[in-house]
Amino acid sequence: MNTLRTPLSRVKGLGSAKDGTDHFWVQRLTAIALAPLCLWFCFSLASLPSMDYAEFTQWLSSPFRAVMMLLVILVAFYHAALGLQVVIEDYVSDHALRTGGIIAVKMLCAFLAVTGVFSILKIALTATTGN
Amino acid sequence: MAEFRLPANSIVKKGKHFDAPEGATNTRRFSVYRYDPDTGENPRVDTYDLDMDTCGPMVLDAIIKIKSDMDATLSFRRSCREGICGSCAMNINGSNTLACTIALADVEGDISIYPLPHQPVVKDLVSDLTNFYAQYASVEPWLKSDTPAPPDRERLQSPEDRELLDGLYECILCACCSTSCPSYWWNSDRYLGPAALLASYRWLVDSRDDNTGERLDEVEDPFKLYRCHTIMNCTQACPKGLNPAKAIASTKKMLIERRL
Repeated sequence: MNTLRTPLSRVKGLGSAKDGTDHFWVQRLTAIALAPLCLWFCFSLASLPSMDYAEFTQWLSSPFRAVMMLLVILVAFYHAALGLQVVIEDYVSDHALRTGGIIAVKMLCAFLAVTGVFSILKIALTATTGN
Repeated sequence: MAEFRLPANSIVKKGKHFDAPEGATNTRRFSVYRYDPDTGENPRVDTYDLDMDTCGPMVLDAIIKIKSDMDATLSFRRSCREGICGSCAMNINGSNTLACTIALADVEGDISIYPLPHQPVVKDLVSDLTNFYAQYASVEPWLKSDTPAPPDRERLQSPEDRELLDGLYECILCACCSTSCPSYWWNSDRYLGPAALLASYRWLVDSRDDNTGERLDEVEDPFKLYRCHTIMNCTQACPKGLNPAKAIASTKKMLIERRL
């Protein structure tokens, strides 16, 4: 677009959003939280193949394991939403596409997180205790 | 802005070759990016075989020799030839640096010389830094204080406070850092880039400046500041040995500090 705006006016643009620090900070906090959570999740996953369905549902019905699994799901999807937003902001320059992409990523992550939470709660709260 | 398809006339073609003068025994090959927007032609890379026995020690000496002895049409910026004006910033063998402070002896093999990456090219090695300078101006790089200066003397600063400015005030605005940053390549219309953010931090930590809060407000933005992902190309490229990445990280720390 041909414009006679000065370079300084273009650089200043719409001004500062006075935002971004929360995004940066929470991305780091979730990353720190994910380190032990992922470790726990991987060790748990490694022990799963030896279980049948009944054993697994019983395994997940333990309050500690259910809470840990909920944390893994919630923190991982929150972190993923923040990170994918950064990737889209970095690489998608078209404004409409960028905004649409960010909305889609947030909705997809929310959908997957809620699905995960519901599944864990359903198993954890309905599993029979003992064989 | 990220562009994955090349615009028209952007494929760099093979250019002309200039032989070394007869009888030269110690020669070295220079591949130099050439582009003249007025001709409508694609950019090309011309090659020059230089007689090193009659050439000065720095890459800038070689470029000046090419212009004066072999091809007067070559355009480039240079001024102080001692690393303080920042004019001769260009991409030499893949790294942004000053042609005047890098010795030919420190560059191995054939030497390829391109303009600073991802900036509009005015001609040959001269890039258009209008946006870069406007970004510097936008951080208002001057002392701002609501306290009037003492009428009879300068504003005082303790030696300890003055030390905080070391590694910040030396920036010569050559643009080696900003134009080496991938985040700056993709989003330089909104991301301020390492040079402007280093200048911003230089005033954030100046003990005589009391506009720290307003300055932090101005850079607190997902694009102006937070496009920095600590890639560190800026610090690696800086020909003055400064550390813009650290200045940006310190700015982020200040922003978190004021809300915790």
